[in-house]
Amino acid sequence: MSATRQPASTKGVNRSHRTRARAQTHLWVVQRVTAMLLALAVVVHLVMIVTAVRGGLSAAEILSRTRGNEAWLAFYVTFALAAGLHGAIGLRNIASEAIGLRGRGADLAWLTAGLLTAGFGIRAAIGLYA
Amino acid sequence: MAEAASLTVSVWRGAEQGSFARFEVPARANQTVLDVVTYIQRELDPSLAYRFACRVGMCGSCAMTVNGRARWTCRTHVRKVVDADGALELRPLANLPVIRDLAADLAPFFDKWSRARGTFQPKDAPDGAVPEDFAVVPPASKQRREADAGIECIGCAVCYASCDVVAWNDEYLGPAALNRAWTLVNDVRDGGRAERLDAVAGDAGCHSCHSTQSCTERCPKNLDPSSAIAGLKRALFWDTLLGRR
Amino acid sequence: MDMRPRSHPTYLAFVVHRVSGLLLALFLPLHFWALGTAISGEARLDGFLRWAENPLAKAAETILVILLAAHLAGGLRVLALEFLGWRSRQKDMVAASAGIALLVGLVFLLNVV
Repeated sequence: MSATRQPASTKGVNRSHRTRARAQTHLWVVQRVTAMLLALAVVVHLVMIVTAVRGGLSAAEILSRTRGNEAWLAFYVTFALAAGLHGAIGLRNIASEAIGLRGRGADLAWLTAGLLTAGFGIRAAIGLYA
Repeated sequence: MAEAASLTVSVWRGAEQGSFARFEVPARANQTVLDVVTYIQRELDPSLAYRFACRVGMCGSCAMTVNGRARWTCRTHVRKVVDADGALELRPLANLPVIRDLAADLAPFFDKWSRARGTFQPKDAPDGAVPEDFAVVPPASKQRREADAGIECIGCAVCYASCDVVAWNDEYLGPAALNRAWTLVNDVRDGGRAERLDAVAGDAGCHSCHSTQSCTERCPKNLDPSSAIAGLKRALFWDTLLGRR
Repeated sequence: MDMRPRSHPTYLAFVVHRVSGLLLALFLPLHFWALGTAISGEARLDGFLRWAENPLAKAAETILVILLAAHLAGGLRVLALEFLGWRSRQKDMVAASAGIALLVGLVFLLNVV
């Protein structure tokens, strides 16, 4: 085992490692920034859910709150974008650890999936607004 | 608890592939797990391979998996870990190649230590020269307290063997190496901060830690590698956001 | 899996966080897509909401609300550890996380039923 082991380099972190590590750090930063946004948004969402379901849901009630309201539109668009990216990066981490799915290609695929999901969410948000 | 007259000890024999051998060992008062292993090797089977040196919790070389958990065998009393019927299960440390029986190969562990830039790089004295004057480091300063919190690590690899992320990702540097990096990031005399943060960033480094805190839970010296890793994440977060990297 | 080395509260907190995160991330595209489609008109949205009245959908909703609350609470634990450098109060945080998740789930149940 130890005969085939590569000695760890202690001088000059190699360039490709640094580039890769920086891209991975950026993904982590995005996940934590979206986590902070979501911490607020999810509280609002949960409060909305438990108050809105009181006495049953109706389309008229929901739409009267959101139609033409820019503040709700901005909230839901931000929420959808953050949730889409946060979830996709989380799935990326699980896939890399559980099934060894790693690498730049996989990362790009996960980011695309996240933005696509966010796109569906933004479509729904626009539906509530328009 | 009533103590059994003898202990039934299952001991891992072999390398990666192997099986448990069973030994009956007389129970004694104040017996440590290392005492049990030594008894087996001296009295029952001289071919048993294991590692120890100081026997008093200073060197960190006798760590093994005792009833499922990584521990220093020299500082673990049998009565603390054994169940009522006196059964003890001993394996080599997890997450490391097995040399033979209870001896794990710690080479990957120490390689990662150096990959995480675990070596002090004096700021004022490059090339190993002796600095002209003593560095003044107030013991109560925030940075020194952060460094002090992790400085007592003796490299026993108990945290490394207890960490699931190490098991899931070969490249992951592990709690001890990252803890060491954090003590050096906080050492005001050290000049290797930028390179060290590069070395510990990303999936192989601090960003794969999920705060299960198994390392902190198991550290025989009660260090908190989990918090050290969080410190690295925090430093990298602000450096990245503020464009300092 | 050998649970002996994994029986501490913070490990359990990690498992809850990971499982809830996985389920929520898989549910999210479905949620967005269904809503986006339903919202194309008031009548259609009402139809969707009526469909969601069935007991199975209600049960699924309750589980999702609890998952969301649990993931939120677990996420606050991670953020507190990573960004505020909390150490010793970790176990309290785990307990508080569980409490918040349970509370939100119960409030939701009480309102629905």
